[in-house]
Amino acid sequence: MSTDQTSTIQISQSAHQGGQAGKPSETREHWYLEPDGALRARVSNLKFWYADGTQAIDDVSMPLVDKKVTALIGPSGCGKSTFLRCFNRMHDLYQGVKYSGSINLLPEDENLIDLDANIVRMRVGMVFQKPNPFPKSIYENVIAGLKIRGIRKREVLDEIVETSLRQAALWDEVKDRLHQPALSMSGGQQQRLCIARALAVKPEILLLDEPTSALDPIATAKVEDLINELSGNVTVLIVTHNMQQAARISNYTAYMYLGKLIEYNDTNDLFQRPKCQRTEDYITGRFG
Amino acid sequence: MNTMSTNIQSGIDYASISRKNRSWDIIFASLGIVVLFIAISTLLALFLDLAIRGAPQWTNPDFYTSFPSRKPLEAGILSAWVGTIMVMLVTAIVAVPLGVAAGLYMEEYADKNWFTDVIEINVSNLAGVPSIVYGLLALGLFVQTFGMGETVLVAGLVLALMILPIVIVSTRESIRAIPIELREAAYGLGANQWQTMAMYMLPAAKPGIITGAIVGLSRAIGETAPIITIGALSYIAFLPPSPIGGDFPFISFEWLNSGFTVMPIQMFGWVSRPQADFQITAAAAGAVLIVMTLAMNGLAIYIRYRARKS
Ligand SMILES: Nc1ncnc2c1ncn2[C@@H]1O[C@H](COP(=O)(O)OP(=O)(O)OP(=O)(O)O)[C@@H](O)[C@H]1O
Ligand SMILES: [Mg+2]
Repeated sequence: MSTDQTSTIQISQSAHQGGQAGKPSETREHWYLEPDGALRARVSNLKFWYADGTQAIDDVSMPLVDKKVTALIGPSGCGKSTFLRCFNRMHDLYQGVKYSGSINLLPEDENLIDLDANIVRMRVGMVFQKPNPFPKSIYENVIAGLKIRGIRKREVLDEIVETSLRQAALWDEVKDRLHQPALSMSGGQQQRLCIARALAVKPEILLLDEPTSALDPIATAKVEDLINELSGNVTVLIVTHNMQQAARISNYTAYMYLGKLIEYNDTNDLFQRPKCQRTEDYITGRFG
Repeated sequence: MNTMSTNIQSGIDYASISRKNRSWDIIFASLGIVVLFIAISTLLALFLDLAIRGAPQWTNPDFYTSFPSRKPLEAGILSAWVGTIMVMLVTAIVAVPLGVAAGLYMEEYADKNWFTDVIEINVSNLAGVPSIVYGLLALGLFVQTFGMGETVLVAGLVLALMILPIVIVSTRESIRAIPIELREAAYGLGANQWQTMAMYMLPAAKPGIITGAIVGLSRAIGETAPIITIGALSYIAFLPPSPIGGDFPFISFEWLNSGFTVMPIQMFGWVSRPQADFQITAAAAGAVLIVMTLAMNGLAIYIRYRARKS
């Protein structure tokens, strides 16, 4: 945490040096970039309520650029996880929740909120904060999503297991013990297994909720490398508490505060020339 | 040590707090041991009493292979233990799938509203209904209304009804104890509800469900009241027809409609005989019944232990 602080201060200094044009104005409440690349989804006026009436997402509109990594940052409790879990309709598992607005998948132009939740989850993969492998073998974990989709051919499964584990930088560590229990692996390995499990079904969008918060620096570095490699192939939306991480791995960054989207920008711009006062306060550590 | 703990944060005496907490630990632990000792020694005394008094009988192999008899020392428990196993089989086959399905439905499928709340309270209350009431229900419904007679099937059904709440509650509890992460992992991969249940939730809940089922069955195995109520006899000098063997297709369901007796009824019958020697036979049957019950509970413990280890 202390190293975090010092490096955020460095970011802020560079922001002050290079940021004459983009000096945040006190009055600017929001600032959204309109990105150049093709979009995979566009969120429009999304609102979300939990069963107890808590409104956790308040009128968020944001593009999700195709085959790029988008990071979600913001103070604890601002609604990052809630927002992420709208994308695979995970909230639908619990009674009494309510959505309004839309998450339009592009180019199909289908509102994900109106689709069958089950089909949405087939298309949008997710990796959770806490590694959650199934209490089965490593192999069984990787093919879990394929089995759910009715794919049972041994050769196909074997091949996908290898490519997914290689993608998750785990193959060399586990190739000799594929049939051992996944829970016998270290936390970092378990998390990479969960990533391999999500990748095995070739998701159109991959959601990652603080995937490295339970990992040591080495495992974190591996997961970050992996996300960097995914950029260009998969559309990734990642929640992180670590701003250095957001800066290292994402192409675009969204800053959320109290359920609202404050700033959506190119990652470099957001960290070096934030457009909103609130964003600057947060990334410089003056707040949050 | 003492000066450190009193000086660093003045006014707090860690040593005395720690000493006080320790003395509570000791008091509580000794109390627990005393209670445990009383419970175990009561059971042990009871068992030893039966085993010693019944020794002339249960040590004799003929005891297990003879039918009951008018002569106390020639009477055996063959029809009783075979009957018990058959009845338990029916009970397990009926109660476990029904109970698991009901528990799964209530926990995962049913909406949470006042109606399901009422059902939930009812199920919990059913577990507390005296067993003889189940016997009366079976007498009225199965024996008199459906004219099924006092058969293995009816006995199995009434015991199944009796332990159904136990199976339902233990199923629900073991499903509820599954970490939410497992459920979200399965749904997150695109599994539908049935796949999530069949592939992930039920396997994870299995040890708990099996334990609950065995606890229920070991309660059923010793039940006398509902079986007497439906009119089972204690003098049965034949075995129900074998479920397997005979002509093609080698499986028969005749045994379901056969008369029968079970261990507790057999024992009850002997206890109420005037001859003193029947008390020996009854004690031996009691000892065997306790061993059967303990063996089932031992199995439940073993399954739970194995599940915890993996
Ligand atoms: N199941 C729930 N029911 C009601 N309110 C909830 C629920 N889960 C979260 N909230 C509320 O919604 C808001 C957003 O929570 P969320 O978990 O999305 O925050 P977050 O940005 O992911 O925080 P963190 O960084 O700590 O993970 C919080 O105010 C929280 O209290
Ligand atoms: Mg969160």
